[in-house]
Amino acid sequence: MPNERRERDRAAEIDAHVQMHMDDNQRSGMTPDQARREAILKLGGIESAKQAYRDRSTIPLLENLWQDLRFAVRQLRKNLGFTCTAVFMLAVGICASVSIFAFVDAALIKPLPYQNADRLVAVFESVPLFPQSNLSYLDYLDWKKLNTVFRSLEVYQRTGFILNTPSGAQPSRGARVSDGFFRTLGVTSVLGRDFHAGDDLLAAPRTVLLSYAAWQKRYGGKPDVLGQAVMLDGAPNVIIGVLPPQFHFAPAEPAEFWATIHASSECDLRRSCHNLYGVAQLKDNVSGQTALANLKSIAKQLERQYPGSNRDQGAAVAPLTEVIVGDIRPILLVLLSGAGLLLLIASVNVASLLLVRSESRKREIAIRGALGASSARLMGQFIAEGLVLVATGSLIGLTAAYGAMQLLTNLISTDMLARMPYLQGLSLNVRVLAFAGVIALLAAVLFSLTPALHLGARMAMRQGLTEGSRGSAGNTWRRLGSKLVVLELATAVVLLGGAGLLGKSLYLLLHVDTGMQAGHLVTLWVVAPQSSYAKKEQAIALERQVVNRIASLPGVQSVAVSSEFPITSWGNTTWFRVLGRPWHGEHNEAPERDISPGYFTTLGAKLWRGRYFTEAEDGSKPRVVIINQTMARQFFPGEDPIGKHISGLSVPPVPVEIVGIVEDIKEGQLDTANRPVLYYPFNQEPGSEFIVVVRTSQAGQAVLPVLTAAIHQIDPGIVMPLGETMSDRINNSQAAYLHRSSAWLVGGFAALALLLGVVGLYGVVAYSVSQRTREIGVRMALGAQTGSVYRLVLTEAGRLTALGIVIGTVCSVVAATLMRGLLFGVRTWDVPTLGAVAAVLGVSALLASYLPARRAASVNPVEALRSE
Amino acid sequence: MGDKADVWQGTLALMVLKTIEALGPLHGYGIARRIEQTSGNLLSLNYGTLYPALLKLEQEGCISSEWGVSENNRKAKFYKLTRAGRKQLEQETRNWEQATAILARFLAAGDPA
Repeated sequence: MPNERRERDRAAEIDAHVQMHMDDNQRSGMTPDQARREAILKLGGIESAKQAYRDRSTIPLLENLWQDLRFAVRQLRKNLGFTCTAVFMLAVGICASVSIFAFVDAALIKPLPYQNADRLVAVFESVPLFPQSNLSYLDYLDWKKLNTVFRSLEVYQRTGFILNTPSGAQPSRGARVSDGFFRTLGVTSVLGRDFHAGDDLLAAPRTVLLSYAAWQKRYGGKPDVLGQAVMLDGAPNVIIGVLPPQFHFAPAEPAEFWATIHASSECDLRRSCHNLYGVAQLKDNVSGQTALANLKSIAKQLERQYPGSNRDQGAAVAPLTEVIVGDIRPILLVLLSGAGLLLLIASVNVASLLLVRSESRKREIAIRGALGASSARLMGQFIAEGLVLVATGSLIGLTAAYGAMQLLTNLISTDMLARMPYLQGLSLNVRVLAFAGVIALLAAVLFSLTPALHLGARMAMRQGLTEGSRGSAGNTWRRLGSKLVVLELATAVVLLGGAGLLGKSLYLLLHVDTGMQAGHLVTLWVVAPQSSYAKKEQAIALERQVVNRIASLPGVQSVAVSSEFPITSWGNTTWFRVLGRPWHGEHNEAPERDISPGYFTTLGAKLWRGRYFTEAEDGSKPRVVIINQTMARQFFPGEDPIGKHISGLSVPPVPVEIVGIVEDIKEGQLDTANRPVLYYPFNQEPGSEFIVVVRTSQAGQAVLPVLTAAIHQIDPGIVMPLGETMSDRINNSQAAYLHRSSAWLVGGFAALALLLGVVGLYGVVAYSVSQRTREIGVRMALGAQTGSVYRLVLTEAGRLTALGIVIGTVCSVVAATLMRGLLFGVRTWDVPTLGAVAAVLGVSALLASYLPARRAASVNPVEALRSE
Repeated sequence: MGDKADVWQGTLALMVLKTIEALGPLHGYGIARRIEQTSGNLLSLNYGTLYPALLKLEQEGCISSEWGVSENNRKAKFYKLTRAGRKQLEQETRNWEQATAILARFLAAGDPA
């Protein structure tokens, strides 16, 4: 210890001084004794010389802190109960906050893996039905040519490929992109090259880029993959490069194969068919507004040039980050707030515990002060204890957070995880650790200040040293402690309210009227190779084969086909007009579904008026259509649509007769409103890709492999990328999934908060009872019944609880208003939920205060009076 | 007027520095003896107050210390002047000379011309 060394040094110097003085004295004739005495006298005393030395010297601050830390650790080890409780609560709060923050960081804070991500924008066309909708290929080419605001404008389309491997046809996911796509994002291949200019034109050879994961999984990460050809949709594509491992592009993920546009399909060549999304890099000094204005003017120009296809087609621009994380931001912020509130409660609890402890140490602190410890030194003691508590709690909390992050990631379904690829970067990185550091620092400050402020140097000395001073000091603690408990209870109410509202939203969401009987229903996505089924007759024949084959399977009650899953989106639209009304070229847009005649009966959807399709109604018969109720209400208010005709926008128009009206089926997401839908017969609008819907007599999941086998028997080249029961589809739909996750997490926080809050209340009431033991003894000696003692304790607890509930309810309504966007079908001041929360908290609080009340009532008055 | 102790501390420091400058590296006992001598034995120095003053000078960086062997073959801690200490000494000397000069004029002006 440097201290001891210095002490020895000075002692040695003083000794040497005395020796030399003695030598001189002896030389002038004194005896050794006289010499020594004179020397010491002249020095002014050895000890006082040493003390003068000590007084002058200053022990560095760090040494003081080290001493304090060691003392703090010893003290905390002695009160293991207090220490463990405090550390545990702190660890819980820190674990929750840090793990949620890690998600927030990975999704919202960590920069996207693109260069100049803030200059990147997503580019859309815009129509009344979809403010951000796809571009068509020809529009894209014109926008690219005519714009003055983009350094580059590229497009992408999420798609699936039939991968022909030696072991058969497999479904795979990928995207089609324009040639400058990766250059615009600033992504360089880690192996091979990027697309050259012109690689996306029809004349160029078909090339493809592999995602890093695909390279590892399918090709073992071997570099000889370059130049190999892979059969996608029956055409060979040459692999020219591999994308870097940290690259992801959420709107197109999951994607293994990145091919080029190669505009050749019927949709690509038709200006009115919109299937692409745009990404662009703004020029320097060009804002999003300027870009939007420019694109809007180009859209107007195209509208004038091509009124048939581009009428009402506007433009929209949004920052790319918005498009990628915009949906998940509100949920993450709600979760972060929830975790923050939990941390608040935990910290307040620990601060309360420290307050209680400082009460019992009043004496010790007063004595120290009287012995000469400066306020700074006393403060240092509190700081040291706060630091030790925070350090231990943080360490445990961080470790737990690491585990929690892994757990939460594993709980997210692979499907969802694929759509949120930025979560790959989830880790305890610098930012997350810095966040943890800030929390720890704030906590340390709070825990150091709380006991210090409470004690206050001088007042403590006077009060603490006098006996029986506990009465008045108990009052200060009760006032401060009760305020803290009210804060905790209010916070718990906010969390419980949030969880309740989210839970109710989830329930309402899952019970939305989907227009079908979802039980015992199985869906299967069937993709047949374009090459073999491009012609209408081929597609119709395939559909007939599939339906007949499956209908003959055991356990199958009915089977039907549609062009798209329900509970997907209101996309895949078509334009129509109502014949017999004046028309000036307006585009009425509605989702179109091409269905087999048995579709509605298989789904269990109700026909409101008219009839279903018949199997005989194919291309040779007059065109027919079934509309849904919303369409009837919107386009035929007050009249009977049956027998009326609609048509496409071709000239001359081809009339299509409305033969039936079906009750609304939820074709889009659960939390969206119903829109007008057109159902055409599959036999009149066939396709090589469709959904098979099967009603089974037993559980659906088991039937899926049988279905896939049956279809493979028809043609092994058909792939089935997705098969699930309708109930699963509903439960795992985007809206339901997000609601469920947030309800569970906030519910978890709320449960913890309730526990901590109730424990806090118990602490306050129990302490208050212990402080008032003498008073209670006196009361009982004076004749008070046990009932009145119970009343005494419970009214105090009840007052705190009531205050907490009232404040909490108000704050809960405010919080609900802030997260309005996440709620479905519940009001922000939903009375049943708030009432239930108040009841839960009230009952828990009652239980928590019952125990101390019972202890108070069982106090022996004689002992209570004697103990003081 | 400053506190007597403060002025005394200041002058003691100056005396210590001057002594070390004149005699070279010296131990505490030697400095104390020399100060008494130089003052013509008019100053009765409490040797005990010397060591805190030496510590302060060392903390301020005016002197540095080193264990060595005294003339009587005893181990002793020797103090010597640092470059900063030398500069401090010059500065303090100038200050004192200026102060005494000004004061002298006042005291001389007190006499009727």
